[in-house]
Amino acid sequence: MTGASGIGLVLSTFLASAVEFVEAFTIVLAMGLTRGWRSALWGTVAAVAALAVATAVFGYALTRWLPESALQLGIGTLLLIFGLQWLRKAILRSAGLKALHDEEATFREEQAAARAAAADNRFGVDAFGFVVAFKGVFLEGLEVVFIVITFGLNAGSVPLAAAGAAAAALLVVGAGVVVHRPLAQVPENTIKFVVGLLLTTFGTFWATEGLGVFAPDSEALEWPGGEVALLVVLGAWTAFALIAVRLLRRSGSRRATPAEVAP
Amino acid sequence: MIGLVTAFGRFCWDFVVGDDWRIAAGVVTVLAAGAVVVSSGAVDDELVTVLVGAGIAVVATATIVVEARRAARRSR
Repeated sequence: MTGASGIGLVLSTFLASAVEFVEAFTIVLAMGLTRGWRSALWGTVAAVAALAVATAVFGYALTRWLPESALQLGIGTLLLIFGLQWLRKAILRSAGLKALHDEEATFREEQAAARAAAADNRFGVDAFGFVVAFKGVFLEGLEVVFIVITFGLNAGSVPLAAAGAAAAALLVVGAGVVVHRPLAQVPENTIKFVVGLLLTTFGTFWATEGLGVFAPDSEALEWPGGEVALLVVLGAWTAFALIAVRLLRRSGSRRATPAEVAP
Repeated sequence: MIGLVTAFGRFCWDFVVGDDWRIAAGVVTVLAAGAVVVSSGAVDDELVTVLVGAGIAVVATATIVVEARRAARRSR
């Protein structure tokens, strides 16, 4: 792995994980403040344990049962689909065609739902707070696990990918504990724009290389220029996204919502 | 049991495909076309990578245009 792809790997997992951790933190905070910290924290602990099991099973199955080129194609395809979903939403948000993600609004909605729910204590833990915290952390965490494993396996360094995610977890949880409110100041929509670009770039690169599994020699395809092409692909997707935002804004179909990403 | 399997299948679909199936369908179509070209051995590998990359950009453009038109219609 070159220095460029190593930096890209850590940056990708850090940013993607940070966004997911911010969203999970908002849910846990809402449950903790409304339904009590005992249920929210037990839900979080249970979700982390379930994620650890899922990571071990998923990672083991992928590395043991799939040949490398098929792994590259499969993972690249999933990353590409994932990345294009993120990028599409980010472009539409930046063009004002889709509402920006608002962490404060999510927090208020979660709190309102938590207040409306009836009390249901089981084993000394509030069931509603436990389930909502578990679901929030597990679902957001599953995306982190998916990104860490897929990036890590394809780039040949799961520990480096995990380090990016761990740094994001420390930063988000640390900041959350200090401010004790939703991390609405995090430029989540801009980060999602960048993550969408990175996922799409790596997905394009790896899925295309993985097509080599269908070649007579089953060797991975080579991009012109080798790994340097990764930067060219990133540049091309960035140009594509910025042009798309500009054209969509100009088309006159833009709503009044201010865009967060600069043109 | 069937309900559990169905729920798991729906969860996997939502997780991987998301809210726009066209992206997944487009990506798989482009890669399948790429696989056919690669297996034929008729085109240089490097050219295949560039063509597949361009094909994916076409998929992205099409899905964004469709969604933008839909959003514009909703705002009228």
